[in-house]
Amino acid sequence: MTKLNSKIPEGQIHEKWANYKAHQNLVNPSNKRKIDIIIVGTGLAGASAAASLAEMGFKVKNFCYQDSPRRAHSIAAQGGINAAKNYQNDGDSIYRLFYDTIKGGDYRAREANVYRLAEVSNDIIDQSVAQGVPFAREYGGLLDNRSFGGAQVSRTFYARGQTGQQLLLGAYSALSRQIGLGNIEMYPRVEMMDVVVVDGRARGIVTRNLVTGKIESHFAHAVVLATGGYVNVYYLSTNAMGSNSSAAWKAHKKGAYFANPAYVQIHPTAIPVHGEFQSKLTLMSESLRNDGRIWVPKKKEDAEAIRQGTKKPNDIPDEDRDFYLERRYPAFGNLVPRDVASRAAKERTDHGFGIENNPTKEGVYLDFKYAIDRLGKGVIEARYGNLFQMYEKIVDQDPYQTPMKIFPALHYAMGGLWVDYELQSTIPGLFVAGEANFSDHGANRLGASALMQGLADGYFVLPYTIQNYLADQIGVARMKPSERPEFKEAEEAVKAHINKLMSVKGTESVDSIHRRLGLVMWNKVGMGRTEAGLKEAITEIKALRKEFWANVRIPGSADAMNVELEKANRLADFLELGELMAIDALHRNESCGGHLREEYQTPEGEALRDDNNFMYVGAWEYKGENTQPDLHKEELKYEAIEVKSRNYKTA
Amino acid sequence: MSNFLTTSIGKKFLMSLSGFFLISFLSVHLTANLFLLAGSDAFNEASHFMGTNPIIQIMQPVLALGFILHIFYASFLTLQNRKARPESYAKVDQKNSSKWESRNMYILGAVVLTFLVIHLINFFWKIKFTGSDLLKEVDVKGVEMENAYSLVTSLFMSGTLGFIYSGIYILGAVALGLHVNHGFWAAFQTLGLSNNIWRKRLEVLGSIFALIIASGFSIIPLYFLIF
Amino acid sequence: MSSKNINITVKVWRQQDAKSKGIFESYPLSNISTDSSFLEMMDVLNEKLVTENQEPIAFDHDCREGICGMCSLFINGHAHGPDSLVTTCQLHMRKFNDGQTITIEPWRSGGFPVIKDLMVDRSAFDKIMQAGGFVSVNTGGVPDANAIPIAQADAEEAMDAAACIGCGACVATCKNSSAMLFVSAKVSQLALLPQGKIEAARRAKNMVAKMDELGFGNCSNTGACEVECPKGISLAHIARLNREFLCAKVKE
Repeated sequence: MTKLNSKIPEGQIHEKWANYKAHQNLVNPSNKRKIDIIIVGTGLAGASAAASLAEMGFKVKNFCYQDSPRRAHSIAAQGGINAAKNYQNDGDSIYRLFYDTIKGGDYRAREANVYRLAEVSNDIIDQSVAQGVPFAREYGGLLDNRSFGGAQVSRTFYARGQTGQQLLLGAYSALSRQIGLGNIEMYPRVEMMDVVVVDGRARGIVTRNLVTGKIESHFAHAVVLATGGYVNVYYLSTNAMGSNSSAAWKAHKKGAYFANPAYVQIHPTAIPVHGEFQSKLTLMSESLRNDGRIWVPKKKEDAEAIRQGTKKPNDIPDEDRDFYLERRYPAFGNLVPRDVASRAAKERTDHGFGIENNPTKEGVYLDFKYAIDRLGKGVIEARYGNLFQMYEKIVDQDPYQTPMKIFPALHYAMGGLWVDYELQSTIPGLFVAGEANFSDHGANRLGASALMQGLADGYFVLPYTIQNYLADQIGVARMKPSERPEFKEAEEAVKAHINKLMSVKGTESVDSIHRRLGLVMWNKVGMGRTEAGLKEAITEIKALRKEFWANVRIPGSADAMNVELEKANRLADFLELGELMAIDALHRNESCGGHLREEYQTPEGEALRDDNNFMYVGAWEYKGENTQPDLHKEELKYEAIEVKSRNYKTA
Repeated sequence: MSNFLTTSIGKKFLMSLSGFFLISFLSVHLTANLFLLAGSDAFNEASHFMGTNPIIQIMQPVLALGFILHIFYASFLTLQNRKARPESYAKVDQKNSSKWESRNMYILGAVVLTFLVIHLINFFWKIKFTGSDLLKEVDVKGVEMENAYSLVTSLFMSGTLGFIYSGIYILGAVALGLHVNHGFWAAFQTLGLSNNIWRKRLEVLGSIFALIIASGFSIIPLYFLIF
Repeated sequence: MSSKNINITVKVWRQQDAKSKGIFESYPLSNISTDSSFLEMMDVLNEKLVTENQEPIAFDHDCREGICGMCSLFINGHAHGPDSLVTTCQLHMRKFNDGQTITIEPWRSGGFPVIKDLMVDRSAFDKIMQAGGFVSVNTGGVPDANAIPIAQADAEEAMDAAACIGCGACVATCKNSSAMLFVSAKVSQLALLPQGKIEAARRAKNMVAKMDELGFGNCSNTGACEVECPKGISLAHIARLNREFLCAKVKE
């Protein structure tokens, strides 16, 4: 087993990042012009990294599959972004943000990375404000904050229910400026198909132009993947329809280790599943839990009556309502972390108290009656008006009058490509930023921390650490892909892969197979996992993969726009990644954060960690198709924080 | 100010200014016309004043220039707007998203222009150039002046032809009213002199003004037709 | 909230690629749940086409929650269909009746050429943003976020404008294919904030020049854009753009 070198700098926790920056290698301005950097993805991490690196003078090529860099799915984040500004004078600090994030992640994140994240969080707010991001403000003109799950301070900055949109548009504006200045070449509607490795270093990518079908190669001195998460493996999720794991998976097959693939976040407040042709799940922001109270009926017969439509939620008197989060977790109440809230919802519906009339009876109420009584409708409307409108358009019910129906849904991947302190993967020259890497959230991410991490990586971490790598690459001349066998080979392999897909000519649509994969994943690698279920999942995914390659149907041609081919390419990778997720979940004989193994629970149904045996990052090395991957362990050491079992019951 | 008039906003700026100018002309014109309702002496006096006042005389060519600018830029912008959508929709439904007149300003403008030509032939041309028996000078309070009153009233009171002319004039007035109903507020908007509060006020003001224009100019043929 | 199933006929614009000529094709669809979204109805149609070994209909879509701005479609004469303040992905089939024929066309504008079927190229919007839709600050070296107080009302109005998702419905709806609402949303947002005010004049001039260059039409203040805009961006922002632009030109 090779030892993973996380390259954590020396010194006390609060000195590490300063020490690193003080001693790292830099690239001088005249040499920056000679260095090319490829960035795949234009979300918070990708756009901010591309803009920042181009501002410094590097030549950047930026790719996205959407029609414009502004569409990346970071845009859909609603609630807010955390920072340790302590503007509210409520006791916040860098240490407390660090502590909350480590604890929220169930002690499975790398301490040094998380501390750095908390350190740069304040710079992100400053940067965004300077770009013209219209954060909410108090009447005195200063910034407003709200509270979020897993924290006892108000440290979340927000722009109505569209914080992700505003932060992304801020990064997009910086990106646009650099494109306009000619420092970035932008490639929209272009999808990355593979990483090209030359002499052991990442030197470029192979792409497919989604409009023309053309396969092309691009060289760079370093490649950054900022390609987001992989929870569309579940088919139904809150991710965008096009969100996919292919870039990360292709890198994994070329030698990048995949860390903690089993850690996915199931967000407690999405609109429940309602139909067979449903294409995605819509999230209702976590910020709603500030003012909404979550409940199910206390009596099973009431739940049954609601499902049958003979009773309405407002018919249930307060004393017959079970506010189960407030009951179980008095200290945090409705603001427990996401994994805890999701598991608690599942626990209630598993016992027959679900309120939605869908096949699995999955749904609980999020009720604003109490907040409206206390604050008035106007206040609630000002805080959540756009979310309420969105809910009403989808469900056709007015949440001011009747409680919202919600249920957990797949939302975020904490796992991702393994990276060291510099965000470099196990392939030298291949960097991974944002949700695509694994580093900061451990086994569960706190609300309003994804935006923070994406922008931290892109604005303030990667632009430093990548220079430490590039400093000794200045002598490497730009390569012409057409003259290098490594690029040609990679291109040929991509073409062969596409031809293989096109020539299956079966009878099943891509979506129908994807939907079946999603069901296996949701039922057996979802919220509650068991050894037997995971073993079945592995067998079923293998069989489904076989079926896919024998029976998928892709009409049209590969040499033109072909949406079915795009989806098939992505599904082919999901069908492999899904298996790795099950393997990882099966090997981790403990429960932590979003990973709940039903065999490992406390008598009260809380997750039971096994710190003696599993306090490590599980990084998997690809060993070939149908071969068991190798596990590499990065031991997690907590020096600045005392490891405890999580407790949200008492302060 | 380089290339200001080649920009889209610059061209609309001219539309807006010339529009305001024409609106002020309409106000003066309507005021003078309403003297028709007060009898021949009053109108002939007003008409004499308009025909002899030096400021009005200077403004006449300026007014013509205003018309020409407004029409020229309207045509130019409309042509550009057409080019901006090379292939049109098979189905468009805008009845609830915008006012009919706002979508048909160019057509309304063309109707008003046609009317204007007829109107000029009926009166302006005769008074300025060819003359008419009807214009034989009359004495009003000791001043000799052309009998414009008789020229106007005879147009609307000459049997069937009077009916047709009355119809044309009312149609012209309604088209003008609709044109102004959108143009009034739009001119403010284009100059940037609007916001969410003032927009409502300006729209109401524009509608009132349009109503005054349309009804004011319509009352005259109707008055002579009926009485 | 009573869910039922309806039968409809979908009349769709099919066009092989940018250079080909397109035509309308009609497809009957039965048993569509009124609870499904419009795009889920399109998914069902595409699934049917794939089983019949025909090429599915290409249309843009991504987040399916009304925020990415990728979905488009001109449905029965309306950008984003016959519902207010929604994108096509948020439109639900309960807005349609049993037996109805639904006409679906791509955005039509010289500035948005068709790529395939219902998919159009909106890169013109990116080009306008690259011309000036930003505050010229580099990463780092910026003042503390609370060092610049901003009146709450200004921040709110800036946020109203910033809510633009760049979908292009304004251009698609405007009888002149004008992009003024889109351009004004960014110009207005940044002109309202002290950070953006510094280069407001330059921004207004550059963005308008780029908009004109790319072949969008001229605003004639019909107001249709505001009504069809899924985010309800107000015409007041166009007034502010006009103001900013005129002032900028006067100062030249």
